[in-house]
Amino acid sequence: MIFLSSPHQHGGNTIQLTMLSVIIALIPAAMVSVYLYGWLAFFLLTTCIGVSLLTEYWLLRWMGKSTQPVWDGSAGLTGLLLALTLPAAVPWWMAVFAAVFAITLGKQLYGGLGYNPFNPALAARIVLLISFPLHMTTWIVPMHMGATLNMYDFVTSLQFFFLGPDAVKQTWDAMTMASPLGYLKTELGQGTTVSQALLDYHYSTLHAFIGRESGSLGESSALALLMGGIWLMARHTISWHIPISYIATVAVFAWVFNMINPDVYAPPLFHVLAGGLILCAFFMATDPVSSPSSSVGKVVFGIGCGVLTWVIRTFGAYPEGAMFAVVLMNMATPLIDYYIRPRVYGYKRGKKA
Amino acid sequence: MGLAMFDLWHKIKQNLFLKPQPGFTGGIVHHHQFKVTAGLPIVACPLPDVLMHPIKQHIGEPCEPIVQVGDRVLRGQVLAKAQGYLSVPVHASTSGVVARIEEHTIPHPSGLGLTTIFIHSDGLDEADESLYPMPNYRSIDVVELRERIRHAGIVGLGGAVFPTFVKLVQDQKHRVDTVILNGIECEPWLTCDHQLMNEKSHEVITGLDIILYLVGAEKGIIAIEDNKPDAIKIMQTTLLDMGMDKYIEVQVLPTRYPQGGEKQLIQAITGKEVPAGGLPMHIGVVSLNVGTSKAIYDAVCLGEPLTERIVTVSGDAAPSPVNMSVRLGTSMHFLLAQVGIQSLDGIKLIHGGPMMGELLGHDDIPVVKGTNGILAMRETTVLSAHHAESPCIRCGDCGEVCPAGLMPNLLAAHCKEHQFERAEDYNLFDCIECGACSYVCPSHIPLVHYFRYGKGQVAQIQREKAFAEASRLRSEKREARLAKERAEKEEKRRIAKAKKEARAKALAEKQAAEAEAMNMQAKSASETENTDNTTQKRKPEETA
Amino acid sequence: MELLYPILIFAVLALLIGLGLGLASHYFHVEGDPLADKVDALLPQTQCGQCGYPGCRPYADAVAAGEVDINHCIPGGERTMLEIADVMGVEPKAIEEEETAPVVAYIREDECIGCTLCIKACPVDCIIGAPKQYHTIIADHCTGCALCLEPCPVDCIDMVETPELLEHWSWPVPGTKRANKAESRKASHGVSHV
Repeated sequence: MIFLSSPHQHGGNTIQLTMLSVIIALIPAAMVSVYLYGWLAFFLLTTCIGVSLLTEYWLLRWMGKSTQPVWDGSAGLTGLLLALTLPAAVPWWMAVFAAVFAITLGKQLYGGLGYNPFNPALAARIVLLISFPLHMTTWIVPMHMGATLNMYDFVTSLQFFFLGPDAVKQTWDAMTMASPLGYLKTELGQGTTVSQALLDYHYSTLHAFIGRESGSLGESSALALLMGGIWLMARHTISWHIPISYIATVAVFAWVFNMINPDVYAPPLFHVLAGGLILCAFFMATDPVSSPSSSVGKVVFGIGCGVLTWVIRTFGAYPEGAMFAVVLMNMATPLIDYYIRPRVYGYKRGKKA
Repeated sequence: MGLAMFDLWHKIKQNLFLKPQPGFTGGIVHHHQFKVTAGLPIVACPLPDVLMHPIKQHIGEPCEPIVQVGDRVLRGQVLAKAQGYLSVPVHASTSGVVARIEEHTIPHPSGLGLTTIFIHSDGLDEADESLYPMPNYRSIDVVELRERIRHAGIVGLGGAVFPTFVKLVQDQKHRVDTVILNGIECEPWLTCDHQLMNEKSHEVITGLDIILYLVGAEKGIIAIEDNKPDAIKIMQTTLLDMGMDKYIEVQVLPTRYPQGGEKQLIQAITGKEVPAGGLPMHIGVVSLNVGTSKAIYDAVCLGEPLTERIVTVSGDAAPSPVNMSVRLGTSMHFLLAQVGIQSLDGIKLIHGGPMMGELLGHDDIPVVKGTNGILAMRETTVLSAHHAESPCIRCGDCGEVCPAGLMPNLLAAHCKEHQFERAEDYNLFDCIECGACSYVCPSHIPLVHYFRYGKGQVAQIQREKAFAEASRLRSEKREARLAKERAEKEEKRRIAKAKKEARAKALAEKQAAEAEAMNMQAKSASETENTDNTTQKRKPEETA
Repeated sequence: MELLYPILIFAVLALLIGLGLGLASHYFHVEGDPLADKVDALLPQTQCGQCGYPGCRPYADAVAAGEVDINHCIPGGERTMLEIADVMGVEPKAIEEEETAPVVAYIREDECIGCTLCIKACPVDCIIGAPKQYHTIIADHCTGCALCLEPCPVDCIDMVETPELLEHWSWPVPGTKRANKAESRKASHGVSHV
């Protein structure tokens, strides 16, 4: 008989349930992506998720470890998140490479679930962005938004996904459009004011909110993401500290600087709804393994992410800074956990044992 | 989902100060409280044939037996006397004969035993009348009352079994103004305090009055969780009937685990925290369990030492769970038979509640002062709470529910990696081992087990270091002693040698002197020989 | 010519920093314990000689001087080896011998002839006795070194396992099996069911 210590009752929460609830929370966003990009989105989603699961299974078999972890849902979640951060025009081999990288070098290299210092999906996304910048910053026109060619039906999507744009006999120019952030950055670089640039772009806050702007698969619809995110917070799967502090920090910075010079700095609502901020705030930054454990630490983490995101977007070379911000703060997580601890009962704040 | 909404709503309320009720940080709300015995009247457990009394049922020094095999004892007679300050005596729970005194298993997770006094009951249940009742306690000296409580063997009956008399002092430096009676009973399954308040409210409140008098406090608070509406009503009514509602009140707290932990309760009621390394007395509060209060009433007003207590015998494998009034020393096997359990096949026994209670190896173990419940659980139920451990995903849920404000995931990682100094730095010894963290952990990490392991290792390391240091000193002393002996021997040898040399020298000188003298005589003899012929004839005689 | 100035500046900087470091190492020098004292403080002071040295202090001296490996102390076990590795700044090395349960010596007094040979052998002076009187071991002080076994001419000393005390019991690491003492205890005392 094994020595078993109390407690002899358990609340019933498991890793599988946690992962499953995050996956469920992402379903609205995945549905919106299929609405916008049709079969292409579907192929991308299935490829990423499938390759992640297979990679983890074979990797664990090859390492001689038990393949039980494949079923806890974390590899599937990584695949899903990865797919949602990719542009729709990504070819199949890049998706496969990203999924394999995320699982091997982003997760299993460090010892599997619980040991990775970085969010695996974001790490893979960054590697893709740096290695294939052109592919990763090319956004194609979504369905229902004036795409000239109906390339989102089954056959055309299949051809495009596996054989590239040449197979669909379409030129890149006709298919692509800039994302709001990308367009703004180029225009600001050329000296146009913010308001003028947004006007030229036909930017509509409503469209940005419900998801009729271009971007990566999961970025477009703030509404769908918020639905999932708020459900997760209510269910207590994630705590409110990181998303709220992250988004609030970006909003505050954007608002302050927008007051100072509205022509150069974009308004806060634009920043909040643009790019992958909401996706990162609710689903990437809250990855429990790479974020701090204490509540105060989480707030600090969120604030740090917010500052970095806004800074990279405004002053950095890349139009989108959310993914870099989160990965940079992932590096700071052990430090935050060491120095920022909750106050222990019976001690004054700051004094330890 | 509803639970999460309740959590969120409670937090919003607290943070927005809509209901300015100080609570305690963290804590969990059990999905299911399993209070199947709530409301069931207390049943008297029949008197068993054999009663087993271990010599230590409290925190402190074990008692020393003062009876011998073959002695006849009465109910309430002292069997083993207290040793030292932190100790209270053990009494016989019924009249009978001392059958044997030997080591026997006690309810302890190790499965180890202690010297136990076995009483064979004679069925007469004759009581020892040596303690006289003191119903007018307010006219009795507090010192005498305190001594009575000590002599009655009263300890904290909520499970902590700390000798109660130690808490009931009047310290000039730390005036106590509030006494809190802990009627919270936040552990699932247990309802002994609940039923006690339902049926013995008068006794409990009188006990509180005695305590108030002893510590010199003016205000009493009876804390009850809101899942016991009947107890709340009865206590409030009894207070009114007794006319004590002016200075004693019932405070209702939301059901949350571990609300019943002393530190958490004090924080929830007064808003103040017991300082680290300090006592509740230092912030003017004393807290006792309702069962202890009733035991104090029995000891003072009725002159009865602690010989029985209420035990909840329940669990999902018990056919007819019940709250029983049990004589201390009753075997668990006998108790379980009362609820319909004859064999332990497929059953695991928990001593106490599921959150902080311990598994017992078998049922030949006595009920002791700290037994607030015996749960006969199906093996599958218990094992389903102990899944295989997965890696920590650092979700932080454990830190959110920890009532002491610790980071259990980091603490457990340090204990696992034997980084005990780091663990102490992360406040390992402030953990109250409530189990809320293990309850919520999605990776099923046995966090409390790691903390207990860590604490044990730290204690063991300290012991070993102290022993090593003492051994080193002994070894050094021995070296010093041996060196001293050698030095003394050397000294002796040197002196002896010197003496010997001196003697040899003296002898040599004496011999030299003698030889000198002889030479001179020989010379003078040869001179006289030349002048006298007769001396020549006598020469050979002289030389002889 | 343009290159000369940077070279000069860096040279001067290097000199100044070097000077600063030298001064710091002199004036801020921390007087620490000699290494041998530190190592000796970590050893269990059993004075058993299983490391091959006559006592703990000689072994500590040898370890501090780097003459011997750090994995020779058997009573200290893995924990002591790791602590020494930490203090010495070397790689941990596994102990080759198996770690056994703690034992103390016990003299069967009926057979003792009072020769005092064991008393002389005990490195911590924990044997009480006198010539022609029974000897006995102070169990609380015995370190389990077993040095008293050899000198005894009648072989009346045993090494017995220290009994597990309730006040010294602590939870084992999660996953450990219970030694089923509870069951064995029940069996030895018979079933006192009522």
